[in-house]
Amino acid sequence: MPSSVGWIWLVIALPFAGFLANGLLAFVRPHGKTTVSLVGSGVLVAAFAVSLVVMSGLAGAVDAAPFVVTYWSWMPVGDLQVDFSFQVDQLSGVMLMVVTGVGALIHVFSIGYMRDDAGYARYFAYLNLFVFFMLVLILGANFPMMFVGWEGVGLCSYLLIGFWFQDKVNADAGKKAFIMNRIGDFGFLIAMFLIFQAAGTLSFVDLFEQAPRLFTINGSTVTLITLSLFLGCTGKSAQIPLYTWLPDAMAGPTPVSALIHAATMVTAGVYLVARTNVLFAMAPWSSFVVATVGAATALFAATIALKQWDIKKILAYSTVSQLGYMFMGVGVGAYAAGIFHLVTHAFFKALLFLGSGSVIYALHRAYHHTGSHADAQDVRNMGGLRRYMPWTFGLMWVATLAIAGIPGFSGFFSKDGILAAAFARGHDHPAFYLLWAFGSLAALMTAFYMARLMLYTFHGPNRTGEDERGHLAEAPWVMTGPLVVLGVGSVLAGVINLPHVLPANGWLEHWLEPVTELSVRYLPEAHLSVGTEWGLIGVATLVAVAGIVGAVTLLKPALLAPARDAAKERGLQRVLLNKWYVDELYDAVVVRPVVWLSRTVLWRVFDKGVIDGALVNGSAWLMRGFGWVGSALQTGHLGWYVLVFVIGTVMLLRTFT
Amino acid sequence: MLLGPALSVSAILFSLGVLGVLLRRNAIVIFMSVEIMLNAVNLSFVALAEQLGREGQVIVFFVMAVAAAEAAVGLAIIIAIYRHKESVNLNNINLLSG
Repeated sequence: MPSSVGWIWLVIALPFAGFLANGLLAFVRPHGKTTVSLVGSGVLVAAFAVSLVVMSGLAGAVDAAPFVVTYWSWMPVGDLQVDFSFQVDQLSGVMLMVVTGVGALIHVFSIGYMRDDAGYARYFAYLNLFVFFMLVLILGANFPMMFVGWEGVGLCSYLLIGFWFQDKVNADAGKKAFIMNRIGDFGFLIAMFLIFQAAGTLSFVDLFEQAPRLFTINGSTVTLITLSLFLGCTGKSAQIPLYTWLPDAMAGPTPVSALIHAATMVTAGVYLVARTNVLFAMAPWSSFVVATVGAATALFAATIALKQWDIKKILAYSTVSQLGYMFMGVGVGAYAAGIFHLVTHAFFKALLFLGSGSVIYALHRAYHHTGSHADAQDVRNMGGLRRYMPWTFGLMWVATLAIAGIPGFSGFFSKDGILAAAFARGHDHPAFYLLWAFGSLAALMTAFYMARLMLYTFHGPNRTGEDERGHLAEAPWVMTGPLVVLGVGSVLAGVINLPHVLPANGWLEHWLEPVTELSVRYLPEAHLSVGTEWGLIGVATLVAVAGIVGAVTLLKPALLAPARDAAKERGLQRVLLNKWYVDELYDAVVVRPVVWLSRTVLWRVFDKGVIDGALVNGSAWLMRGFGWVGSALQTGHLGWYVLVFVIGTVMLLRTFT
Repeated sequence: MLLGPALSVSAILFSLGVLGVLLRRNAIVIFMSVEIMLNAVNLSFVALAEQLGREGQVIVFFVMAVAAAEAAVGLAIIIAIYRHKESVNLNNINLLSG
């Protein structure tokens, strides 16, 4: 093991130290902000630097990976041996760079965005804690370690969504996210139990080594394990049917949305599937479920994003949709393509969210100046911002072109990789062509709704209000700086995995080969001819351009009215605005029956009747009866006592002699 | 030898003691009945010691010592009750009634 990999503990310890320090400062000096800023973002920058060192060591010793660094034995219980250990390999290395790199940028951005917030130290403490748990998640060398991180990021997500908990809406959104995630975690737990039962080990290295011997291809055990794992993924990564928490999670501060609900935490499910790629490759049926759910989510969420007015909600549904792409990628066996999209998405979606954060920050300040209570997140209140915020305007267009899939930008290469992989599986089973069609249609909508967001936000006349207009201004450099870095990443991240038809192609795919090589033999050969690949690239380009051109020609920002003057939507538009009424459906199908069951059966009948009535009061009555009999025996007459005593003695003697 | 008659006398004495405790109401008499029971047991110890070895006789001395101590404590309690209630009739002493 190269000595630099041994520094991995420091990467994890730094954010944790930051959490402790900021947590302490939140109590001791709630108003001091300089130390908090330095510690909070400093530990992340330092962690990123150490990660670079670790990565360089890893790159130098690439054949010997995975390196498992064991610190102590955590759960030695009979056959169950779980170590406190971290696994550094090509996959966790990529994730490490994304989490610490993008995380550091978002921490720096937060210094500006959260500057005037009363809970400044608390915010950075939570954010550091989140990064700590995220690193445990990606570096854990066995399922329980990963699960600790998995639960931990869920906790931090809950804490940060409900960061402004004085508003009940925000607290409710936090609870919703936590409970939805718990449903998924149940699947993760079941999968762990099944794996331990089948393999007797929970360590990744051991399990993947033994997997070919333990499981039969498409066998019921491995299918059940992978489906349970995927249930966990649908919760954490917001896929159908558990996606509804993510749009609500936008109640948190915008940098949180960028870090947790776009770039890192929600991609944990994709990472999990890529990590357990052997199991998924041995369960083609589960993989198909993953791909189908991914494609369906990509399309479904994209339709909702078409008609949202809240700038963060548009981006939230866009995130759900892009996560669907990633699952489609890992579902069709293109694990490298899925991770590639994860990386590029981390750049451009973090940029979009932070850009929207700058916009909201500007509007919020403008409204604050005039004391207006208009919605600072509604795109109908924006418009024409390109004149006031040129940097944000330019950088967000970069991210938009990237996510829409315009050739040359990173999103084009990653999205094309996934769609091409799905198409290549088509000769296996025609259903994969349908997945490709779903994905392409979603790409069209992606281009459309992103162009719509840009048009309404930055183009056309300004609708913020006469008085507020003068107060609109670009965000400070501490916020714009990270945006610039992310903008560069959004353009250039594509070079790490160029398509096969280009020179210097497939670096990431090659880099991840040690992780994915075990699963290769279970996947059908999927190869595209050069002509087909160029054709697919052409279609993808056409779709992206058509989406943007369509939005520019169809939408008229000039005709848009501010939010308070806007007319009600009708028909399909209204259905889309209300997100296909899925929340209402869940409310009717799940929430209300559970509430009814709890109130009527569990509370009135069981709790009040059985527990309170029969058990609590019943045992009290029984004891009172015993006491009544017992006290009747205590006459106080000594003769009576002696008589009872003698009778008792005689009976004992009869028994024992 | 005389084991059978000796044990019979012991049993009769013990039963008399029990009846005395059960039927009499005067605390002093009850106390004496308890002593009769103790001595009935002593008698059977001595009788059985003939057959089973000397330990029985040793136990008798123990019982006598304990009985003496008990008499001292018991009489003291009875006197204390008498001072308090001006009576040693157990019908008047029922403070433990539930």
